[in-house]
Amino acid sequence: MNGPQDLGGQMGFGPVAPEKDEPCFHAAWERRALGVTLCAGAMGAWTIDESRHARELLHPADYYGSSYYEIWIKALETLLKRHGFVSDRDLAAGKAVDPAATPKRVLKAENVPAVLAKGGPCDRPIAAPARFKAGEMVRTKNFHPTGHTRLPRYARGKQGTIEAVRAGFVFPDTNAHGQGENPQWVYTVVFDGAEIWGEGADPTLTVSIDAWESYLEPA
Amino acid sequence: MSHDHNHDNELDPFAARVRALETILTQKGLIDPAAIDVIVDTYETKIGPRNGAKVVAKAWVEPDFAVLLIRDATAAIGSLGYTGRQGEHMQAVFNTADTHNLVVCTLCSCYPWSVLGLPPVWYKAPPYRSRAVIDPRGVLGEFGLTLPATTKIRVWDSTAELRYLVVPMRPKGTDSWSEERLADLVTRDAMIGTGLAREPA
Repeated sequence: MNGPQDLGGQMGFGPVAPEKDEPCFHAAWERRALGVTLCAGAMGAWTIDESRHARELLHPADYYGSSYYEIWIKALETLLKRHGFVSDRDLAAGKAVDPAATPKRVLKAENVPAVLAKGGPCDRPIAAPARFKAGEMVRTKNFHPTGHTRLPRYARGKQGTIEAVRAGFVFPDTNAHGQGENPQWVYTVVFDGAEIWGEGADPTLTVSIDAWESYLEPA
Repeated sequence: MSHDHNHDNELDPFAARVRALETILTQKGLIDPAAIDVIVDTYETKIGPRNGAKVVAKAWVEPDFAVLLIRDATAAIGSLGYTGRQGEHMQAVFNTADTHNLVVCTLCSCYPWSVLGLPPVWYKAPPYRSRAVIDPRGVLGEFGLTLPATTKIRVWDSTAELRYLVVPMRPKGTDSWSEERLADLVTRDAMIGTGLAREPA
């Protein structure tokens, strides 16, 4: 969706503010926010793609007015309600009032190191051969889906070169909506700065994205 | 102004909101609060940019490791014990005399946790995410880094599940240095591309 998350090339946000000796967390609640988000995700009720999409669904004014951990928590409340783990009454009361759905699993402290070390690989075997090969010219599609996609607006309808054929990966555009993993080949596609930004682009700039096969057509 | 009791959480509505959520989930048996403690401790004390710095230093001194890092970064990095969440599919990109690499996630906050830890606030915030792809030199300037006008800039937008680690150039005058000493020159920003490796003092 053309939502608030799709930031590449947007203007008006001001300078980057690097912070010297930045701490890992800026408030005690951020520690809990990270942990609650990971533990809730570990229940296995939703995918990383669905969680990303839940963040994108925040109203732009809310998204831009929130820190990243605030975005995480607001989206997490949406996910927990959508999947029947938390109700509005629970949230209003600040304690458990309504019964909850049964999770596939609960992440216990003793299992955390193994779970974090394993991660969640999302490469998948693909029977079909890759449609494109390294060095080929391609054009990204110009589309504007209302659901989740990982093709940024600035890179739509642009001509680029396949730099690398990576592997089969879960397709977020369907997986985010519970429509299956439908793995596709992923490619690194590189564009000249001028192809994307036109007049005035930095002549030394190239930009690459990692694109699922259905985002691409032969150029 | 002084306080005779601790009421930080009452003062911060968002802290109260997170606490309420944790309470609800704990009461329902959906999460284990002790698991949160372990997660936080892992990223606060165990997994951070020191991991990535060791990868870079090893690539500087061991040509065979550098070759493996180019070919199969996930395996190369895994051989040092760095695996897992948000590092499942690694790519290493090497700066050269001609080309400087810069990593961003314009769509969210994708970042190689297994080698760099949790991303800094600026990496997740709109100014960096919006401008890294269109005005990388302006962004680098805000980090105090000015590259020669002829240096090519390659921006990697992490739009899929590949996670990028920039391998900065090895500083001159470090030929006899040990891996351990070299790792101290490798900053987090150098591995994102918003900085260079530190020069030897």
